[in-house]
Amino acid sequence: MKRLLQRNIVPIVFTVLCSIGFHYSGLSWMFFANDLMSRLARNSFLVISLIIPVLAGMGLNFGIVLGAMAGQFAAFITVVYDMTGLTGFVAACVLAVPFALLFGWLTALIFNRAKGKEMITGLILGFFANGLYQLVCLVFVGWIIPISNKALLLPSGVGFVNTIDLKRWQYALDKFYVFKFRGLTAPGLKYLNNINFPVLTLVVIAVLCLLMFLLFRTKLGQDFRAVGQDRRIAEVAGIKVDKVRIIAVLFSTVLAAWGQLIFLQNIGNVQVYGSHVQVGTFAVAALLIGGASVSRATIGQALLGTVLFHALFIVSPLAGKNIMGSAQVGEYFRVFIAYGVIGIALALHAWQRLAKK
Amino acid sequence: MENGLLGKIGIPRLIISLFLAFLIAAGFAYGLPMGQIFSAMLTRFGMNLLLVLAMIPTIQAGAGPNFGLPFGIICGLVGATLAIELDFRGFPALIFALAVSIPLGALAGWLYGLLLNKVKGQEMTVGTYMGFSIVSLMCIFWLMAPYKSPEMIWPYGGEGLRVTVVLDGRMEQLLDRLMSFTVGSVTIPTGLLLFAALCCLLLWYFMKTSTGLAMSMVGANPRFAEASGLSVNRYRVLASIISCAMGAAGIVIYSQSYGFLQLYQAPLYMALYSVSAILIGGASLQRATITQAVIGTFLFNSLLVIALPVANVAMSSDISEIMRVIISNGIILYALTRKEVGGDAR
Repeated sequence: MKRLLQRNIVPIVFTVLCSIGFHYSGLSWMFFANDLMSRLARNSFLVISLIIPVLAGMGLNFGIVLGAMAGQFAAFITVVYDMTGLTGFVAACVLAVPFALLFGWLTALIFNRAKGKEMITGLILGFFANGLYQLVCLVFVGWIIPISNKALLLPSGVGFVNTIDLKRWQYALDKFYVFKFRGLTAPGLKYLNNINFPVLTLVVIAVLCLLMFLLFRTKLGQDFRAVGQDRRIAEVAGIKVDKVRIIAVLFSTVLAAWGQLIFLQNIGNVQVYGSHVQVGTFAVAALLIGGASVSRATIGQALLGTVLFHALFIVSPLAGKNIMGSAQVGEYFRVFIAYGVIGIALALHAWQRLAKK
Repeated sequence: MENGLLGKIGIPRLIISLFLAFLIAAGFAYGLPMGQIFSAMLTRFGMNLLLVLAMIPTIQAGAGPNFGLPFGIICGLVGATLAIELDFRGFPALIFALAVSIPLGALAGWLYGLLLNKVKGQEMTVGTYMGFSIVSLMCIFWLMAPYKSPEMIWPYGGEGLRVTVVLDGRMEQLLDRLMSFTVGSVTIPTGLLLFAALCCLLLWYFMKTSTGLAMSMVGANPRFAEASGLSVNRYRVLASIISCAMGAAGIVIYSQSYGFLQLYQAPLYMALYSVSAILIGGASLQRATITQAVIGTFLFNSLLVIALPVANVAMSSDISEIMRVIISNGIILYALTRKEVGGDAR
């Protein structure tokens, strides 16, 4: 019992924190649950995309920001060619793959040159890539890269506008089929009444989880684990460590690209210069809040973490307002939590590793 | 090093220098007011130097560049806001701000140093996120702290301090204007440059004392240092204390020259810019000298100063901010991926 408590201390603390926040926010259960459901549907894919690199011993892949950029490039293409509905969304997912493979491959090459420092490298790489991304979107687009649809460009004809509308395929997955429980009366289950379940999105996530589960039973999956446990022993055992690490990052980046597209289809627009920036931080924080560590992560932790992190997101502005008299406090508090959780988790991990030696 | 002169100068430094020379030539060709631009280069150099010098102690002590610089920076901001709250003006304000910030920064550096000793080998990642968290925690402080000075709070019933506090009439450009003179059309911020030189001199002297030498030895060869009876952990904490105290003083100098105090999210990425400046100067993640800090600060800031007007004339879009992001993070990436001699033993 005590061990169980100790191992899950992080999710427990956050469950308590969320409950207190929910109580003070004064939100209705209906609103809260619906918001949480849509956030779970749109964010969990991104969080799950972090798992493979963790198991391959590369730590938390802050480089998924590049995956998100790949997804956004694909989204821009579907907008330029005016693809709509589910077709548009699927086209974006297909188009994102080559971008994501390229970005992921470059990320992996850099990671292989910075072994043991993947996390800081991924973080800085994310900032660096964001600079290049801005260069492409703000300077090259309309100048070197011709865009036929002038409505997407700034008045000068160079660079994308800040917000690009994605109404053409908004809710392509989420509203494909929405299911609602009605009239449930059983004591625990009645809370599920009137919550909108975006069935197709949830199915896609479930399939991903299943595939991930199966992947770890294949030879490749075992290789990931072997490399994650000890690079040198894996090398001796005849595993091509560098190659396995590249594959791990490729998986992660492609999944992140799709994850970003799922996110965008729910939101319905792209903040060209902002939507992707915090993707890495928020996904990592969510995974850690679910109880994962730098070297251990499961699908369950990813899902639980997404729920808890976003529950905190929903309640903290209102709770901040009601407790401290200022919504801004809640806003800053949740940013602090995101960074703080990552900082503490990283510190604890480094500490434990040092203590073991 | 590898091949004589090129190895000595270092490829990044060479590229950046050539790029800077090219931009300066372009600036002359476009007929930009180069006098003003050169003055701005000197000012930016002086206002950033102390923040970059702050990287040296931790690098030399083997804790890597101080990504936790925001710990020092926020202490500096607290000192400066207190100076305004207590209604100091002119040099008393500046001196009061420094006198409050430096001990606060040292205290923060001490705590941060204790943390760093627990996470050896991961100082950069942990430092970055601890820095981010302290900046966002301080956002709540700026919002809630009971400051009263009308110059700092919102005029019409907003909550907390303003995002940027104007230092006009408080300590704006005190050092810059001290003994400043004009040569041709270039204004030399004498006081600021003298102050920067004084900082270099003090740091140089400190690194030559037995404590400073011991600190460098701890970084260069921790096992040997331990064997010769030096406490590695103690010197690492000392390095962190000095670094954060310099960061605290550095932001006060930066702000007085800039003319504004930037609160809330502003310090978030400041550590990254200081790290990249010293790396551009030719430092590695393990070794850094004052000369490298000086060269790096000058190259990096001059590039940013000249890029804005040249880009505005040449391509009518502002790419200087983009360039800053690409160059500063690019150079850190380069340093991270470099095969280091005698690299990380752990």
